[in-house]
Amino acid sequence: MTGSGPILTAEGLGHDFGRRMAFTAVDLALWPGEVLGIVGESGAGKTTLLRGLSAQLTPCRGRVLYGDRQGRQIDLYAQSEAERRLLLRTDWGIVHQNAADGLRMNVSAGGNVGERLMAVGERHYGQIRARAADWLARVDLDVGRLDELPSSFSGGMQQRLQIARTLVTAPRLVFMDEPTGGLDVSVQARLLDLLRRLVGQYGLAAVVVTHDLHVVRLLAHRLMVMKGGLVVESGLTDQVLDDPQHPYTQLLVSSVL
Amino acid sequence: MTGADYNFAYLDEQTKRMIRRAILKAVAIPGYQVPFAAREMPLPYGWGTGGIQVTAAVIGPDDVLKVIDQGADDTTNAVSIRRFFRRMAGVATTEHTAEATIIQTRHRIPETPLAAGQILVYQVPIPEPLRWLEPRDTETRRMHALRDYGAMQVNLYEDIARHGAIAKSYDYPVLVNGHYIMSPSPIPKFDNPKMDRSPALQLFGAGRERRIYAVPPHTPVRSLDFDDYPFTVQRWDECCALCGATDSFLDEMIMDDRGSRLFICSDSDYCRGRQGAGEAAE
Repeated sequence: MTGSGPILTAEGLGHDFGRRMAFTAVDLALWPGEVLGIVGESGAGKTTLLRGLSAQLTPCRGRVLYGDRQGRQIDLYAQSEAERRLLLRTDWGIVHQNAADGLRMNVSAGGNVGERLMAVGERHYGQIRARAADWLARVDLDVGRLDELPSSFSGGMQQRLQIARTLVTAPRLVFMDEPTGGLDVSVQARLLDLLRRLVGQYGLAAVVVTHDLHVVRLLAHRLMVMKGGLVVESGLTDQVLDDPQHPYTQLLVSSVL
Repeated sequence: MTGADYNFAYLDEQTKRMIRRAILKAVAIPGYQVPFAAREMPLPYGWGTGGIQVTAAVIGPDDVLKVIDQGADDTTNAVSIRRFFRRMAGVATTEHTAEATIIQTRHRIPETPLAAGQILVYQVPIPEPLRWLEPRDTETRRMHALRDYGAMQVNLYEDIARHGAIAKSYDYPVLVNGHYIMSPSPIPKFDNPKMDRSPALQLFGAGRERRIYAVPPHTPVRSLDFDDYPFTVQRWDECCALCGATDSFLDEMIMDDRGSRLFICSDSDYCRGRQGAGEAAE
């Protein structure tokens, strides 16, 4: 890590769908190795913000800067689409809420994990396979199921497979949209354990969008609370959750079952 | 039939112009699929409407045309397309690869090496090599533009994981001039090496899909593979039962109800040429 600056910066970011504002005036700085949680009720603009940050949607206002491995600050949306795609294939990873969106369901687990390797030019079958098997083991999947289709996996296993597929090229920055959505509590707990371990092990920076405060308490170092497209409160996770200042945050924290 | 009712080579001059423009663009960007306004042709889609339009656009009165279908000059499709151009353009036709200036083909590249000045016109059913991976056309075009070809390699990976080898034996994807991945049309992968740095101009026409693409002479064409699973072509233990060739693509023929079989060259002109040479030597 060069550590010369934030890995991701947003300045005055905003987006509208027609006349409807999705989110606006978002400023944030994410540093290498840091996990930022974004919470809020559904419709608060969390997912749209994540898409705006991760080059999946060009925002109407503001800019996003990415601090690359050479310590340069790159303006994301001033780049060509080819350069953005390369970034998405190498330095970045995206974990979708629905594993089926991030996986190729008709391709074996090994092929899924190997795809990003092949996309960046790896052409040795044996090595691709070995690394795919290695990553299956790291996310606690049975290596014997390397050639099975993801559709034969359970929801939690699919989610772990998606994480393996994302992390295989050693990205520096991972975007996660509700990584534990739709999983039962025990599977959630194991997945969170795994994510925490991987984030610690590889020094990943991550942006995690969720409506689940348990997830951010376990994963995130810092927290942003969104409501109606605006960031109403941000700060250290424990600080925000234990001493909420904004009425909405207070409501959110008090309404945890 | 004379030229009084129809224009030379069937298509009107404006249409030929439009197709020639598409061909020029295709030649300028090897492997890139150029859209063109394909016309209705007097044969069904899937029988070579794309190839026949390309041929009609490039053929001149001095050209000598050869048409092959699965390597053979005497199959229905080949015979009727050859007759079509004999009537509509009055050009000379031939069955000898070396004599032809334009060769329209379906499913094969002739065994006799092509020479500079010859044009090979392929009939293409599905020009998009990424079609089975990505159904959206907008997305495949973007993948081509950005050379986002990881998915194609995943396809080959899956073959090895399932079958222990790359099982694709025809329409085997190639990388043209280090940039575009191209479908070589349903030729056997046996023919893929012949495309590499061929001295002949190779034009591909897909009528239903309305695409034209090209490989100019001496352009590198590489079949996709893995470092530890290199590209290989089919091999046979037998030789051709008629001419004894060991270096050609062989068709397996079932001879009777008891299942006895014979292997013969799929390229009928090559086979006949070798038989003739063999008899002359005796």
